[in-house]
Amino acid sequence: MASVSLESETFKKFADVAGRDNDVNYLNHDHSITSWLFTLDHKRIGLLYLVTITLMFLLGGALAGAIRLELLTPKGDFLTADTYNKAFTAHGIIMLFFFLIPSIPAVLGNFLVPLMIGAKDVAFPRLNLFSYYLYFAGSVIALTALLLGGVDTGWTFYTPFSSTYSNSYVIVMAVGLFVVGFSSILTGLNFIITVHRMRCPGLTWFRLPLFIWGIYATSVVQLLGTPVIAVTLGLLGVERTLGVGIFDPRLGGDPILFQHLFWFYSHPAVYIMILPSLGVASEVIATFSRKNVFGYHIIAFSSIAIAVFGFIVWAHHMFTTGMSPYAAMVFSLLTFSVAIPSGIKVFSWLATMYGGSISFDTPMIYIFGFLGLFTIGGMTGLFLSTLGTDIHLHDTYFIVAHFHYIMVGGAVLGYMAGLHYWWPKITGRLYSEFWGKLSAGITFIGFNFTFFPQFILGYLGMPRRYYEYPDEFQVLNVFSSAGATILAIGYLMPLVYMPYSFFFGEKANSNPYGGSTLEWTNTTSPPSPHNFEKTPVVTEEPYHYHGKEAAVVSH
Amino acid sequence: MSATNEIVQDHGQHHHKDLAHHFDTLEQQHDANTLGMWAFLLTEVLFFGGLFAAYTIYRYKYSAMFEEASNHLDITLGATNTVILILSSLTMALAVRCSQTGNSLWTGRWLLITIAFGLMFLGVKFVEWKHDYHIHLMPGKDWSGKDYWHWQYAKKAKDMETEAHKNGSAEHSLPDRKDVLADNDPSLGVRGIQESQQARLFFLLYFCMTSLHALHMLVGFVLIGIIAYFAYQGAYSPEYYSPVENIGLYWHFVDIVWIFLFPLLYLLGAHMGH
Repeated sequence: MASVSLESETFKKFADVAGRDNDVNYLNHDHSITSWLFTLDHKRIGLLYLVTITLMFLLGGALAGAIRLELLTPKGDFLTADTYNKAFTAHGIIMLFFFLIPSIPAVLGNFLVPLMIGAKDVAFPRLNLFSYYLYFAGSVIALTALLLGGVDTGWTFYTPFSSTYSNSYVIVMAVGLFVVGFSSILTGLNFIITVHRMRCPGLTWFRLPLFIWGIYATSVVQLLGTPVIAVTLGLLGVERTLGVGIFDPRLGGDPILFQHLFWFYSHPAVYIMILPSLGVASEVIATFSRKNVFGYHIIAFSSIAIAVFGFIVWAHHMFTTGMSPYAAMVFSLLTFSVAIPSGIKVFSWLATMYGGSISFDTPMIYIFGFLGLFTIGGMTGLFLSTLGTDIHLHDTYFIVAHFHYIMVGGAVLGYMAGLHYWWPKITGRLYSEFWGKLSAGITFIGFNFTFFPQFILGYLGMPRRYYEYPDEFQVLNVFSSAGATILAIGYLMPLVYMPYSFFFGEKANSNPYGGSTLEWTNTTSPPSPHNFEKTPVVTEEPYHYHGKEAAVVSH
Repeated sequence: MSATNEIVQDHGQHHHKDLAHHFDTLEQQHDANTLGMWAFLLTEVLFFGGLFAAYTIYRYKYSAMFEEASNHLDITLGATNTVILILSSLTMALAVRCSQTGNSLWTGRWLLITIAFGLMFLGVKFVEWKHDYHIHLMPGKDWSGKDYWHWQYAKKAKDMETEAHKNGSAEHSLPDRKDVLADNDPSLGVRGIQESQQARLFFLLYFCMTSLHALHMLVGFVLIGIIAYFAYQGAYSPEYYSPVENIGLYWHFVDIVWIFLFPLLYLLGAHMGH
């Protein structure tokens, strides 16, 4: 980008930059433990998040394993009914609030936003570190709730069960989520201001990489949605402690109000999880197809459109609560409209790849998996936004399969793609392509093996959240549980070869994949503590492969 | 005024002493800080918004009882507090103005006066809450054997107060608990329970909203205090005053929340008279 293009001489210049051990960079400029724990460097904060959310992911994954083991047989023999409730609640809470929501924004976003916009850091570095510690404190409180005995309400905390009847640690968990929510708000706020005010000279809005557009849209949702869940959990806590019926109908309250307030955040939260993945997909597809992104503007605007639509479709979670049929019709229509920007993105990506010089590296394989799974997840969402079919499919395994296709197939595969794509930039090392491709393939197969049978189970009428089921559902459940073991192998492999590469991997040059955005063209791998030697000046669009000889770099 | 125009050397580049290393110019830093505060206030609007949404729905559902319950709040104290808070916003605006013109001394003074008005507000609020508690407006589980009786007590207290007013006496006593029926007393019929549930919702929202507002004021005191300290140290100048401006924005926001709370909570039942 900027004065630097992809012509081969330029590449040589950056390829000459040797690996991290010879130069001062953000990883080796200070080795003390305090320099990590109190760092204000956005890159190091990103790595702190990476370590913490990986631990939470392992915990959430282990709980998923327990759930799938219980569902191997129709009888409840591995977990008791009560433990099963607590297991799926903990799985949901950990995966959503402590892994998926912070995954791409807090790890890759923190690392990349300043690098991609040519800034020295985010706008508020202290606030950034504070956000991390809020996340950490929230995680500790939530884990305390689990250790005390857990929560059995489901991650949705529906009232009046959660406010009046549940005898589990609802308030402790609510406090944990309240705290982690503010971490999310402050991270979003930081990125919004960073994108508005920290862009380097020449970097206009329509020269921003599409990952930045995705993170920007996500941040707006975090900023506007999260406070509503915070105050809702606060009211839930008040109701539980004082015994006043704000949500309990027995005391004059309205349980549907809780659902409205809850989904006003928790539906947009789905877009907090998926929008950054869509951003990663745009970057990876452009780089590995060596083509300008097709429809740059429309992809950027569709991110904003998804964020906006995300706020006006929440009641589609409540079609079966007896809400007004006219309201239901409006929400159904609006929900259908979310498919438009999502479809625009998918077709733009396909058009980007068309005629491109595609290389099948690990991040691209992950993105291929992402494309298929995100499309299936999105299409099955239309079944659920249709009022009639939703009555049949609501609260069945169909919906479980649907949102796992979006959140695992979409969000997690996007996160894995991004992590692999920027790994050489983050660590200065290359991971093994063989193991990388193998893990991407195994994850894709394992995922489909696990969740496709659940579509059929749901269609046949198996409800979610039960630890026992009729005998005729066993075959499909065995398929699903077997698939989960394959999926687990796909997830565990990167946990071995990526840390291995961090210490023993081949050194990466500054731009091993031939990316055209600032973090590849104007920084070393890993970047120096202050990111850029001098502030870059941007003169071109972010993706500029046309009319230039594509530099093929061996790695 | 301190020597804020001093240029210090940093990494071989010219840097203003108030400029953080990751910004290029003071203007960029100021813009980022101000926009950051506006974004934070946007979050705050939605934070309070959840409570306002709950209020709107229950007021629509239980409008008659909300008016009656509102009539139990003290309009005089509420109005006094409104005036006090608006005055504190004025002094805050003056503090911001003084920081922009480089008058450090008066920046600090106006900030401290703002805190004083804020404390006055909380003092009035405390007296009011104490009274609310005594006449049993505080909703919640009952620790005595009787099931929910607060609303019947509050109504009786109100009646006795009205009676005393009619007789021209300013003094009135509080009812004896023994004379108060439980909300579910059979003689009250179903209405007794329904009314008390609906009134409880109003008072729950009243206490949640006013205490969340008070919490924001307490946070404000700490922040204003810190900034007043730095103002006396001469930390702010016409080139660098964004902390004062931002705390000003925050304080005006807290003020505006009250401007919404006052009519919604206090004036709602005013037409019912005493």
